[in-house]
Amino acid sequence: MASTEIAVGIDKVVKRYGPVTALHGVSMDIRENEFFTLLGPSGCGKTTLLRCIAGFEDVTEGVIRLKGGDITGLPPHKRPVNTVFQQYALFPHMTVIENVMFGLLRSGWSKPEAVARADQVLQLVQLGDFAARRPAQLSGGQQQRVALARALAPRPQVLLLDEPLSALDLKLRQAVRMELKALQRETGIAFIFVTHDQEEALTMSDRIAVMSEGRVQQIGTPREIYETPLNRFVADFIGETNLLDVDVRSVDNGMAAISLPGGHCFTCPAAAVVQSGKGHLSVRPERISLCAQGSGDLDATVEGQVYLGTDIHLQVRLADSERMTVRLQNSETTAVPETGAAVGLKLEAGAARLLAD
Amino acid sequence: MAAGAPMGEGSASNIYRGNSLKLMLPAWAMIGVFLLAPVAMMAIYSFLTKEFRGGVIWQFSTAAYDQFFFNRGLFGDEPPTIEWTYIGIFWRSIWQAGVATIACLLIGFPTAWFIATRDAKTRSVWLFLVTVPYWVNLLIRTVSMKFLIRDTGPLNEFLLWSGTISEPLGLINTNFAVQLGLFYSYLPFMVLPIYAAVERYDFALSEAAADLYAGVWTTLRLVILPEVKPGIVAGCILVFVPSLGAFLAPDLLGGAKTFMIGSLIEEQFKGAAGNWPFGAAASTILLTIVMAVLLVYARNQNRGA
Repeated sequence: MASTEIAVGIDKVVKRYGPVTALHGVSMDIRENEFFTLLGPSGCGKTTLLRCIAGFEDVTEGVIRLKGGDITGLPPHKRPVNTVFQQYALFPHMTVIENVMFGLLRSGWSKPEAVARADQVLQLVQLGDFAARRPAQLSGGQQQRVALARALAPRPQVLLLDEPLSALDLKLRQAVRMELKALQRETGIAFIFVTHDQEEALTMSDRIAVMSEGRVQQIGTPREIYETPLNRFVADFIGETNLLDVDVRSVDNGMAAISLPGGHCFTCPAAAVVQSGKGHLSVRPERISLCAQGSGDLDATVEGQVYLGTDIHLQVRLADSERMTVRLQNSETTAVPETGAAVGLKLEAGAARLLAD
Repeated sequence: MAAGAPMGEGSASNIYRGNSLKLMLPAWAMIGVFLLAPVAMMAIYSFLTKEFRGGVIWQFSTAAYDQFFFNRGLFGDEPPTIEWTYIGIFWRSIWQAGVATIACLLIGFPTAWFIATRDAKTRSVWLFLVTVPYWVNLLIRTVSMKFLIRDTGPLNEFLLWSGTISEPLGLINTNFAVQLGLFYSYLPFMVLPIYAAVERYDFALSEAAADLYAGVWTTLRLVILPEVKPGIVAGCILVFVPSLGAFLAPDLLGGAKTFMIGSLIEEQFKGAAGNWPFGAAASTILLTIVMAVLLVYARNQNRGA
């Protein structure tokens, strides 16, 4: 389990490239022995932040600390952190074991010790039999594991992973997720994992920092991020959601009284920042159930359905023409209404959440 | 082609692969007429008897090779001893070409690196600038070099005027002048292949090396150089081989003491004093040495891969 001691402290880090600002004063603490994910769309600054921690980029302002010590000005080869690169960046002219030994020999291990350690790490990633191969002779998944072994071998204090799964195909990616998570527990160090894939982030992370446009939007456990998003961006980016424009009547003690499209009154939790007036209501599609028209919170007309195997996504349109998605679990007893049918939508308690922009 | 494949199908795929005999004819003709035939002619001429006013008599003789390797005295009747004159010229040529190649590498690698690491737009400008001098004829460039570095040339005049030296450096007619000429003549042949290799180099590898505790020089030695080695080898061959047979730079910038293979061969085919079989023999020996070096290299490469 993650401890409360800080492995990496990011303190008001600003990164500018000429007139472009990639990071606007980002702060966060990554704890020891924690699987920490930087999540966001491309261009949100997550990779820039990772490269600042590795030392490939200088920060314009701010401080980065490793276990309390300031490493902001250190070149990458003096930082006891290692990186798994997106395209692996294995040395093509070296064998697998030479790749793994590279960091060991540069950081003062003797040759026999380095060989033993490299063997051990290759066993850990189940590549013991491939030590003498060259990277080009391995599959994508095997190369990815060599990259992992190479980065883990020198016993870094923190492991940085820059979208390491993005080059793998879907099946392999899902298998590697679990392996990565297990490896993190086994090694007992903090992993800082960069991804744009929210499913990856939710399944592996102890905590997630959601980033957008060079700013941290929210930091929390996967459950917190998914169930209590702080703002519209987080709700929209993590999972699927329906966002409705609503009138806010009053906000009291974290609960908001709102009027839904169609005039129905509804009370729901609100993110702290929401004031009276206009707001966005986020409703997860799986937290809506169907009922007879007039007896639910909203009335709608069915426009179509998308069959997804485990689920059926029902596309509905509200009276004021806003569209919503309702997720129905696909079971024998599920009654799927015909296109054009008039239905009522019942929002489960706690299903909806009022958000600021 | 798979055994038993239908005729039509097999020949069709051969056409697309360019393996059809008819389509390969131009390539084979090219190689035959411009590559194999001249080399064969050269080898044959080296075993003919010389005609005194230039040219050959069609009669088999090993006199040319005998003259190259053995000294039989002024009248050819003494017991043979090793003739060091031509071996010496060959050795000096190899040395001169080697120095020029190393100089080209030391200057060419950083130049190529510099160009390859500029952004895409300025790269082509730099490449253009590197090749601009080579639009001027080699003879003119070599003569210009002679004017630049001779005792009364601008270089010495400037150094004398500025008080850096009190008498001319005496650069002309030295080994150094020849090396300088060769270096200047063939520098782009070093820069361009290394540039091509560096441009393909994945700079994430340098980051990976730095991430794994390697400093700048370790990264250069263990990661960058092995990765761009094909470009370096190509550059070295492209500089070394023509330097070895060059005759303009040694003729114009050097003197009697800097005589090189190229000049030796050139003399054999010029005027009535020439000796065609001997020139052909010297060329054949030179070609054999170059081929041997390349073959040894190619074999080591294959073993490494």
